[in-house]
Amino acid sequence: MRFHLDDEQRAFALSLDGMLTAAGTPAVVRAWTAGDTAPGRALWSRLAEAGVFALAVPKQHDGLGPLPVELTVAFTEMGRHAVPGPLVETVAVAAFLDRLGDEAAAAWLPGIASGRTAASLCLLSDDSPYALDAHAADAVFVVEGDTVRLAAAAGPVQPSADPARRPARPLGGTVLAHGPEVAAAAAHAAGVAALMTAAQALGLGRTLLARTVEYARQRTQFGVAIGSFQTVKHRLADTLIALEFSQPLVQAAAVALAARDPESDRAIAAAKVTACEAACAAARAALQIHGALGYTEEFDLSLWIRKARPLRSAWGTPAACRARVLTP
Amino acid sequence: MDLDFTAEEEAFRAEARAWLATRVPAAPLPSLETAEGFSAHREWERTLSADRWSVVSWPERYGGRGASVLEWLIFEEEYYAAGAPGRVSQNGINLLAPTLLEYGTDEQLARILPPMASGEVIWAQAWSEPESGSDLASLRSTAVRTDGGWLVSGQKTWSSRAAFADRAFGLFRSGRSGTEATKPHHGLTYLMFPLDAYGVTVRPIGRLDGKPAFAELFLDNVFVPDRDVIGEPGQGWRVAMSTAGDERGLTLRSPGRFTAAADRLTALWRSSADPSDTALRDRVADAVIGARAYRLFAYAGASRTAAGETIGAGSSLNKVFWSELDIALHETALDLLGPYGELSDTAGEAPAHGRWAEGYTFSLAGPIYAGTNEIQRDIIAERLLGLPKGRR
Repeated sequence: MRFHLDDEQRAFALSLDGMLTAAGTPAVVRAWTAGDTAPGRALWSRLAEAGVFALAVPKQHDGLGPLPVELTVAFTEMGRHAVPGPLVETVAVAAFLDRLGDEAAAAWLPGIASGRTAASLCLLSDDSPYALDAHAADAVFVVEGDTVRLAAAAGPVQPSADPARRPARPLGGTVLAHGPEVAAAAAHAAGVAALMTAAQALGLGRTLLARTVEYARQRTQFGVAIGSFQTVKHRLADTLIALEFSQPLVQAAAVALAARDPESDRAIAAAKVTACEAACAAARAALQIHGALGYTEEFDLSLWIRKARPLRSAWGTPAACRARVLTP
Repeated sequence: MDLDFTAEEEAFRAEARAWLATRVPAAPLPSLETAEGFSAHREWERTLSADRWSVVSWPERYGGRGASVLEWLIFEEEYYAAGAPGRVSQNGINLLAPTLLEYGTDEQLARILPPMASGEVIWAQAWSEPESGSDLASLRSTAVRTDGGWLVSGQKTWSSRAAFADRAFGLFRSGRSGTEATKPHHGLTYLMFPLDAYGVTVRPIGRLDGKPAFAELFLDNVFVPDRDVIGEPGQGWRVAMSTAGDERGLTLRSPGRFTAAADRLTALWRSSADPSDTALRDRVADAVIGARAYRLFAYAGASRTAAGETIGAGSSLNKVFWSELDIALHETALDLLGPYGELSDTAGEAPAHGRWAEGYTFSLAGPIYAGTNEIQRDIIAERLLGLPKGRR
């Protein structure tokens, strides 16, 4: 057993972290929120150059994957930097098309691998009527039961509690494929999306915790750093515990997915609910410990705080995940 | 990255499983916190050790199998999945033995470990005092130098297992104040003594359910020979705290306990719960997920340890996590049991031979012993997160 990241995987994480730090993601997020997707797409290209999207695409379609473990490494780093855009959805589309394996795969997967194509996905059977960032995507796939269609357009954006997320109803379009294999591929894609969301939430939580620890060390009240107060310490300790015990769930789910383990569904559900709840708790702790400052829109930490809640519901609510964990 | 076991590890698992399948008593033994249960559990330790299953991670010469951390985790999974008895020797095996293996002399190891492995000598801990709980370094019991050893006096309390155990280990103040003892954790000496020694009085204390799970110890000039001091006199704090600080949280309560309990909880839920009660379902799912998370966290730790990395203060994360998981899991079970949830483990009609009731009472102590969870959270905040020290 080697249940920890190897040197290459760690180096990959560090290089993404370095690149995203230098890129200054807060400005990218704010532009994306305002409807200017150009900086976001430029960052998308750099992520693609680093190989992020190729990890989701098989070799015969110009990819390197699918490599779920490396993908979770990448999504943790993208979550750490609150990178905007339909990242999870694009990777889920790659998983969907790879599993579907018809000419649609050949048509779209090379573009996804190279970063030319940002895609979004709506699984109507999965209770979500929206496709994330459909306006910014080059292709929006809509699965309803046994049918998948390529949407013709997107309806008006329904602003999210995280304004960097821009959900919209996909409209119309042409049928790409029909049959039980569509539903099976969609179920696989939903699992991949849930796992990537969990990894993203884990990274989000890590940043929320790190920034809050830093703040608690520097902010003084009553003449001392507020981080010396036991209530503050204990809340941050609990935040760390929740994140630390989420991480192996995320990694084990990726290992299970890579091995096509029949248990992977349940492993993903466990990772999803745990990582997303840990991120939400981290966001609440970050907000509380930053006080009124944390409640302001102009303070960059708001970009992380606001993302936690939507991720919790995306690609599998806590209730749905818990039910799945107990499905025999 | 993988979660695969080698052929040797699978064989080790199969051997443990086969042995346990024929040896584990069909019905749980009486509670180990009673005189009758204590002796039944001691007998079980003898059975375990006869086939070298009592201390698998120890070196072979002391009765172990030299098992790796991962093999130990595997053994524990099988042990608790088989419904095997609680370990009456746990204080010795989990707390004293790692200290001895790090600081003990060859003579001490050869003399103390084999009878610990066989259950012939059961150990109690003697840390807390009436005025020194979480603030352990403020302890006042003394060890005064005498010819060939030390004279130990004072009062220890909340000593787990001491009502029936044979020997105890703990910390005593040996430095004179104003000299070595400029700081409270200086001038302490770690030593061991028999509970039937001249000058020792044991007063059993009932825990919440009345069973004498711990005791007060009154020590009046108890002679402890030099050979029963662990490490250097005056260095006891360092000796005690290093007790594989790395691994304590893990070895004290292995993931196997919780994965087995979560499996039993799931079975109970499937057989008895109203499927429309999603609140209960969610709590069962959380117990299953928590046990899984702890197991995977331990695998990751074992994997990193095998690769030569150190875990450090991370053990505090374990301790808070499993102790809270244990209570939540047992509370969920009691809720599933409805009117039978209140029955004591001694009740004739107690479900599962009283296993849930006993487990619940036991779980309630988890956030308190081995360093309260408040202390663990302080350690996490200060050593892992780097927050400043402050008033407790």
